[in-house]
Amino acid sequence: MPSSTSTHAPLLQAIDLHLFFGGLSALVSVSFDIRPGEILALIGPNGAGKTSALNCLNGFYRPQRGKILFDGHDLTHTPTHVIPRLGIARTFQNIALYTGMTALDNLMAARHIHMRQSMWASALYFGPAHREEIAHRRVIEEIIDFLEMEHIRKAIVGALPYGLRKRVELGRALALEPKLLLLDEPMAGMNVEEKEDMARFILDIHERRGMTILLVEHDMGLVMDIAHRVVVLDFGVKIAEGTPDEIKSNPAVIKAYLGETVNSEQSTVNSQQ
Amino acid sequence: MALRLAGDFDTSYAHDMAIIRNRGQWGMTIAFLIGLFALPFFADGHVIGTLNLIGISIIAVIGLNILLGYTGQISLGQAAFMAVGAYSAAVLVKAGVSFWLALPISGLVAGLVGLLFGLPSLRIKGFYLAMATLSAQMIIPWFFRNVRTDIFGGMPGLTMQPPRLGEIVFNSQATMYFPIMLTVVVCVIAAKNIARTRLGRALIAIRDNDLAAEVLGIAQFSHKLRAFFLSALYAGLAGALWAMYARTINPDQFSLLNSVWYLGMVIVGGMGSALGPILGAAFVRVLEEVTVQLAPVLSKLFPQLEAGLLAALGPITFGIALMLFLVFEPRGLAHRWELIKAAWRLRPFAH
Ligand SMILES: Nc1ncnc2c1ncn2[C@@H]1O[C@H](COP(=O)(O)OP(=O)(O)OP(=O)(O)O)[C@@H](O)[C@H]1O
Ligand SMILES: [Mg+2]
Repeated sequence: MPSSTSTHAPLLQAIDLHLFFGGLSALVSVSFDIRPGEILALIGPNGAGKTSALNCLNGFYRPQRGKILFDGHDLTHTPTHVIPRLGIARTFQNIALYTGMTALDNLMAARHIHMRQSMWASALYFGPAHREEIAHRRVIEEIIDFLEMEHIRKAIVGALPYGLRKRVELGRALALEPKLLLLDEPMAGMNVEEKEDMARFILDIHERRGMTILLVEHDMGLVMDIAHRVVVLDFGVKIAEGTPDEIKSNPAVIKAYLGETVNSEQSTVNSQQ
Repeated sequence: MALRLAGDFDTSYAHDMAIIRNRGQWGMTIAFLIGLFALPFFADGHVIGTLNLIGISIIAVIGLNILLGYTGQISLGQAAFMAVGAYSAAVLVKAGVSFWLALPISGLVAGLVGLLFGLPSLRIKGFYLAMATLSAQMIIPWFFRNVRTDIFGGMPGLTMQPPRLGEIVFNSQATMYFPIMLTVVVCVIAAKNIARTRLGRALIAIRDNDLAAEVLGIAQFSHKLRAFFLSALYAGLAGALWAMYARTINPDQFSLLNSVWYLGMVIVGGMGSALGPILGAAFVRVLEEVTVQLAPVLSKLFPQLEAGLLAALGPITFGIALMLFLVFEPRGLAHRWELIKAAWRLRPFAH
């Protein structure tokens, strides 16, 4: 499995991103690399621009300035729906599942980009469409096993509890078989046990599937535990980048988090302003 | 989770994905199909005529359900797309093309026109899209009424020669029943297949969360256009069959009111369900038939009732039924049917 070595060329390069909403600057000259095989954490106080950065990476927002290079492609003008084909998948901070479908179908829907059956083949079903459905069902069942969601396979996801919906969403992103997985606060709003499950899944995805992961997360203890590197945003500006240890002792980061209720290590930092 | 009969285990993914799962269900399906196609040999012409009308409505409503129920895009133009199918068939048959060839061509022509009127879905949604599709409903009947009256026959419309197959002339309710029901069966199966495969999931994904769908690789616009195309294709097939059924077609048969009735059938039947269009179309058409039969009886019993009121009995009943469904069973008859089935499977341990 690939490890986080700095000798590889970056999988993704965000270069000088600027994003404005009217007068509000969500991102100001933000640049960072994601190296193949690493878990990169993107942290920062509320409203720092983390979700906006993710939205730029998968073409949901278009930065007014700057460039995004991914695996040999320039994403700056790539249509949103093409970006997952190149290998970027994500989950959303406010779960965005297909609520009327079963968990199984949510995952199958993500296989869309890997399937080729035409409208007419779909309507006919027998033959190519049938074979293709079965082949992809196998892939999905592996993910279902892996995420331990056999029991909710045929449940309508709109009716599932929050923690399970988060898990289905992770499964849906995995079903795309991306090279880069963007996770926007996958553990927000979960209880301790659910958080531990989710952390285990993320580590497993990284280790067993060799996926590169960009993780946005508020739980500092967790970030420090599982991330290889950390990028810190504050008011749309990148204020720090480094290993978890470097970040923990970075004065700018400590200052940015002052006044916030910060978990674990960070909470020991004295407050002075 | 869907409840199944005991002993019905999934032995493979193919089996899990199959619609018909065991011998009993195969038996029932075959018996149903035999019954369906044997009906004209027993039932009287009037019943068959009603069934023909139900069949044509089912096809149009399945199409609308693909657009409205699965893709979440509203259309107020289903009757107009039927007009395109009906006129295509009539014009082609007049030009010497066999009806059996004209039928699929009419579907395709209507599909392409539907695709054209689906283009605004690139930019607009919901109420505004409904207004845009309303333009199809305004323009198309106007077109057939006023443009090239030498081809389309203007106000009085066109008369189509009944289709033939060797010696058989399809000019009675009993003979027309076969091509209509055959098309219904094909249309129902095709729609079910679409719903359970790649295209159907993409459409439902767009309905449920269009932005997430786009981010996860499903191109919104091209799939919305596919839905408009399919929806109008179904309408076109229904329209061509209608031309056979009615013999004479004219622009007034494809009014906004008809489009609204189809919308009503989708709602009464249950949006986004495979069974919904069948139940919805049958329910509304039977209701209509009952009110037609009831009107003379009522006028005898209550001579003081106004004739105008009796004539409006159909629309009034439809309106009330629609309202009751929206309030008490917005998921339609199909959902009710699922509940009944589930209760039956759990017998005798109800509740
Ligand atoms: N679509 C939008 N329109 C206007 N302003 C926006 C939009 N999206 C984000 N913003 C603004 O950009 C800034 C950054 O928001 P963003 O959601 O990226 O923050 P975040 O770091 O993800 O915060 P949180 O931790 O609360 O999720 C905020 O001030 C937000 O209000
Ligand atoms: Mg956010």
